[in-house]
Amino acid sequence: MSVVSFAERFTPVTIRDAVTRGARAGASDVRAAIASGASDAGAVAALLSPAAAGMLEELAQAAHRLTLQRFGKTIALYAPLYLSNDCVCTCTYCGFSMGLDIRRKTLRVDEVVREARALGDHGFRNILLVSSEHPKHVNMGYVAQCVGETKRLAQYVALEIAAADMPEYETYVAAGCDGVVLYQETYDPDVYARHHLGGPKKKFAWRLDALERAAHAGVRHLGAGALLGLADWRFEGLALIEHVRHLQRSAWRSQVNVSFPRINAAAGGFSPENPVSDAQLVQLICALRIALPTAGIVLSTREAAALRDRLVPLGITHMSAGSRTEPGGYSEPGAAGEQFHLEDTRSPAHVVRRLRELGYDPVFKDWENMAPGTDSQAVVVEAAGA
Amino acid sequence: MTDLLALGGRTFASRLIIGTGKFSSPEVMADALAASGAEMVTVAVRRVDLDAPTGPITNFIDQSKYLILPNTSGAADADEAVRLARLARSAGLPPWIKVEVIPDPRYLMPDPVETLKACETLVREGFVVLPYIHADPVLAKRLEEVGTAAVMPLAAPIGSGKGLKMEAAIAIIIEQANVPVVVDAGLGVPSHAAAAMEMGADAVLVNTAIASAAHPARMAHAFALAVEAGRIGLLAGRAPELSTAAASSPLTGFLREG
Repeated sequence: MSVVSFAERFTPVTIRDAVTRGARAGASDVRAAIASGASDAGAVAALLSPAAAGMLEELAQAAHRLTLQRFGKTIALYAPLYLSNDCVCTCTYCGFSMGLDIRRKTLRVDEVVREARALGDHGFRNILLVSSEHPKHVNMGYVAQCVGETKRLAQYVALEIAAADMPEYETYVAAGCDGVVLYQETYDPDVYARHHLGGPKKKFAWRLDALERAAHAGVRHLGAGALLGLADWRFEGLALIEHVRHLQRSAWRSQVNVSFPRINAAAGGFSPENPVSDAQLVQLICALRIALPTAGIVLSTREAAALRDRLVPLGITHMSAGSRTEPGGYSEPGAAGEQFHLEDTRSPAHVVRRLRELGYDPVFKDWENMAPGTDSQAVVVEAAGA
Repeated sequence: MTDLLALGGRTFASRLIIGTGKFSSPEVMADALAASGAEMVTVAVRRVDLDAPTGPITNFIDQSKYLILPNTSGAADADEAVRLARLARSAGLPPWIKVEVIPDPRYLMPDPVETLKACETLVREGFVVLPYIHADPVLAKRLEEVGTAAVMPLAAPIGSGKGLKMEAAIAIIIEQANVPVVVDAGLGVPSHAAAAMEMGADAVLVNTAIASAAHPARMAHAFALAVEAGRIGLLAGRAPELSTAAASSPLTGFLREG
């Protein structure tokens, strides 16, 4: 961990104050923030301000230019693979929340392999293993085994599971884990407490420092994010940017990507207190790109197809396609309860076609397994030839 | 006039090397490649399907016309770079390798210590090794000593398009080099490439400036012309640069009068 971890230095009141001051920003403050890359919290707040809301085209042009320079016209494609919906946590917005009457299932390792093969048949080489939180069914040995087996079929494997300690992350890295995705859900501790009512996920600060622990355990790619709809989106946006900037300094060897899923319909019928409009989502994407020009921005199938197509040029770098959010959903759809309802139900082939029409190169493979032993065959060939 | 680039035991008529990242489609990349006149093109091993190396990128590159220079993009240390190089070779790609060891995902700065280690191993294993480095003259000499086929100092951070920010250090590298110097990364417009060639660089490598241009093929052609102009300009031997105008002889002209 860094000398001072993010949880230790994070003061929500400072973020709130900056957002409040940002409400007084004018057009010149917004333009200055665009030009300077919003290097401090005040400038970021200007990008998120009501004044900037009236300048969306200027924000979008800047975001597009920065994205083109850094990432070119490519979109990396990935797919989530749900391991389990067994959960010991009670979270108000989640379709897997303990106590909800859904069909529960934790995939056996051979079922995980079957799912990964099904995804491979669609071309996916980048797989995100997702799981609810269940210390018994989804334990470290099981997860490590799932990572190892999936890694045989896909070059890039990331995890979106419960927050873990450093030795646990080290185990996953050794098994072949390339990335850890862990959204804070909300950066407001009070709102967090209201929505995370039971289970280990209640620990706000433990979760807040999880990505830093993962990075120090050797995880190369980190995914940070907030679940939009719980607290004020401007607060979440600024806190997320501060978090990422902290990670970029303290975990400089790790690439940080960001995402901000909007809450969708799920079992339990939750409706968000602070719904975020399409225009606000666009403003947030543009602000993130300007403030974090090297961060990947991930867009899931929670958003509708037509909107996803239009968000691509603004700064999106990673997209899922053809996703299922229930364990086993690729080989046996509907056999277990889904986490949330998906808006973009297009097949991977359809999304690929559409990205090409939009002038983007859909990239399935952007990673290679570089772990010790992967080149063993090459060494043998060499020795024989020598 | 034959003025060929001799590199790794081969010769090349073109001194422009193209990178294949960031293009909107393989077709756009192939058009830019054709317009560039390049004979060498670098491809990230991590993007290639090593089980079927004639996959999405490589089947758009005619290997009878272009030498594929695999690169180790994604490697964060020497071991990873070495493994990627071996994987590429065993998958049937040429035994040439552009060594990129980059532990820093934001500014994409190469690690000098790990780069040197990787190059030592790969030279020993018979690869033609072209290391991507910071513009560090001592490192360039150290790499030359371990047997790299060239050195590839950056002009500015990758993708930044800022031009020859490291000019003074690159000038020292060129002046001291016994292997070709390929200026790589940071060139934003054709005039930057011409300037690098005028300085005496043996070649340049360009990717973002072409891939992210509004018209990649036209920009590739423009870079080809600039590289050629800069090279011919160097060989033509420039007129001396003076800090003042040198007109006639206002103070001593009277001696020739009468």
